[in-house]
Amino acid sequence: MTWAVEFSAVSRHYGKVKAVDKVSLQIEQGEFFSMLGPSGSGKTTCLRLMAGFEQPDLGAVRLSGINAVGLPPYQRDVNTVFQDYALFPHLKVWENVAYGLKIRGMGRGDRMARAEEALAMVALDGYGDRKPAALSGGQRQRVALARALVNRPKVLLLDEPLGALDLKLREQMQSELKRLHRQLGITFVYVTHDQGEALSMSDRVAVFNRGRIEQLDTPQQLYTQPQTPFVARFVGGANVIAAPLAERLTGEARPFALRPEHVHLVHDWQSQPLQVEGVLRQVHYHGAYSRLELDLGKEQTLAVQLPHGEGETVTLPEPGTRLTCGWSRQAMVPLREDGQEDGQGGAP
Amino acid sequence: MSAAPLAPAPTGLTAWQRLGRWLYLHPTALLWLCLILPLLWFAGLYLGSLLSLLWQSVFTFDDFTMTVLPDLTLDNYRQLFTPGNLDIVIRTVTMALVVSVADALLAFPIALYMALYASPRIKACFYIGVMLPMWASYIVKAYAWTAILAKDGLLQWILSHLGLEPALLWLLQTPIGGNTLATSHLGRFLVFSYIWLPFMILPIQAALERIPPSLLQAASDLGAKPRQVLTTVLLPLALPGVMAGSIFTFCLTLGDYIIPTLVGPSGLFIGTMVYTQQGAVGNMPLAAAFTLVPLLLIAIYLWFAKRLGAFDAL
Repeated sequence: MTWAVEFSAVSRHYGKVKAVDKVSLQIEQGEFFSMLGPSGSGKTTCLRLMAGFEQPDLGAVRLSGINAVGLPPYQRDVNTVFQDYALFPHLKVWENVAYGLKIRGMGRGDRMARAEEALAMVALDGYGDRKPAALSGGQRQRVALARALVNRPKVLLLDEPLGALDLKLREQMQSELKRLHRQLGITFVYVTHDQGEALSMSDRVAVFNRGRIEQLDTPQQLYTQPQTPFVARFVGGANVIAAPLAERLTGEARPFALRPEHVHLVHDWQSQPLQVEGVLRQVHYHGAYSRLELDLGKEQTLAVQLPHGEGETVTLPEPGTRLTCGWSRQAMVPLREDGQEDGQGGAP
Repeated sequence: MSAAPLAPAPTGLTAWQRLGRWLYLHPTALLWLCLILPLLWFAGLYLGSLLSLLWQSVFTFDDFTMTVLPDLTLDNYRQLFTPGNLDIVIRTVTMALVVSVADALLAFPIALYMALYASPRIKACFYIGVMLPMWASYIVKAYAWTAILAKDGLLQWILSHLGLEPALLWLLQTPIGGNTLATSHLGRFLVFSYIWLPFMILPIQAALERIPPSLLQAASDLGAKPRQVLTTVLLPLALPGVMAGSIFTFCLTLGDYIIPTLVGPSGLFIGTMVYTQQGAVGNMPLAAAFTLVPLLLIAIYLWFAKRLGAFDAL
């Protein structure tokens, strides 16, 4: 089968900075594929390599099996939804949506009909005669979506499209995007720095760090079976138990991921298979649970999620208290020692 | 504002502090206080002088005594349409149009390069390069051009070394020519275009600078070839800048009297006509009527530009 998008050892350098460093990936036809990572991790550059705004310094980019190196954006069967929407301010909403059709020489009547159809798809029918400036941020976002989708591209590229929207609108657009993806069967490639967004929407997620893919997996696998310390922290907000402590506890000298909800406070009358002692630094009350941050010494921190059961009076320990925590051996997920520790603190 | 009297009177404050608080509570009063002087200047001197000029244009000029009489008449406007005066208007407007078009054609690529392609360093060099000649004395530049364009002057010398002298001599025989470049319409056109070029480059550059790069990428992403990006995105969005620039070049050419005096064939321009009428002849009313011509032309021009959608992108 041919992949919708295929990267083979693609690199893109800016001077000495390796924005994208030997990235290989294959995206299936019709897949919802996310590229997740912090800013500067190379995910947007990868998207721009697919769109044709950037050309690789090394490696091969294939779109539907066709070598796309040297192919300008206007000859690619992909369309992009830009982070800042990039609507043409001098054109009306329907003219914006019909821009791609006009370029391809479609007649005015057909263009108007197709534009109205695409606007209806994003629930903006009747807005065609307005100027983009007269729309709200969320509406502009949907016009940008309609403008890309009206061309029925093989691949739709979305560059942090929901970044500028407020939380409620973002959640609404997430489900709308999922609906459109199911309805149209187009391959979606979605760039985001929001792990929740990536996990909830995607079939597969590529986690980027420093120009490389750290892990490419389904959302469930990423969450439950992270492979590197970076993925464990960035995707799941998990604790990373560094190799020295892990060796003392398990005999294996490698880092482990440990989810905060799998750690329990140990009281005198109980014991857990694996136990540590630490000083409580911070307490965050979240309603359904509280999050405790412990300092275990030697730069090792530990986040603990403390559930609050029904009818329970919550008495939280004071910062500075010494606490004992424990967890089961199965809760520890072995990680690859990749030598790319980025020195980020514990779980956020 | 209604709450202000209810607020307890501040005690233990100096008069200045009390005044400060009163002004803070009455922002409109503060606004007027700051605005009154500039506004008086603007309304009284800036606009008032123009109105008084127009007012004079309906006074009567007595040819016999060479004096201005305050008898109202439309005679001056009628005089504009005598063949001789109409000639002056047409000559000036034609030049203004041609200069504006030529400057727009020259300025657009430069402005485009400055706005979208040049690195900050090169852009700074371009800014200086564009503005440096603007800072030099305008009369000196015009005089320098008379030397460049003179018979056996610099330009002719260069052209003769390039073997292009026959082309020059042929051009001088056409209706835009003359005895020498310095006394030809062509020469005058060159000087006008040179002098007003910065006034075209800067507004176009400013308009192009405001276009986010993502807009050009979006056009390309939607299938537009570079030429189509130029015609469907860049030109429409640069148009307000071109309009602003052309208003400068157009008005400045219409009102100028130094270049028509120094370069080009005899035959008056609006500027030289106004100068002659009020200076030598003392016919202030006719001079005033002449100044209305550029005003009217610009108004018509802007109206057309708006109808054509030149300001849609603003």
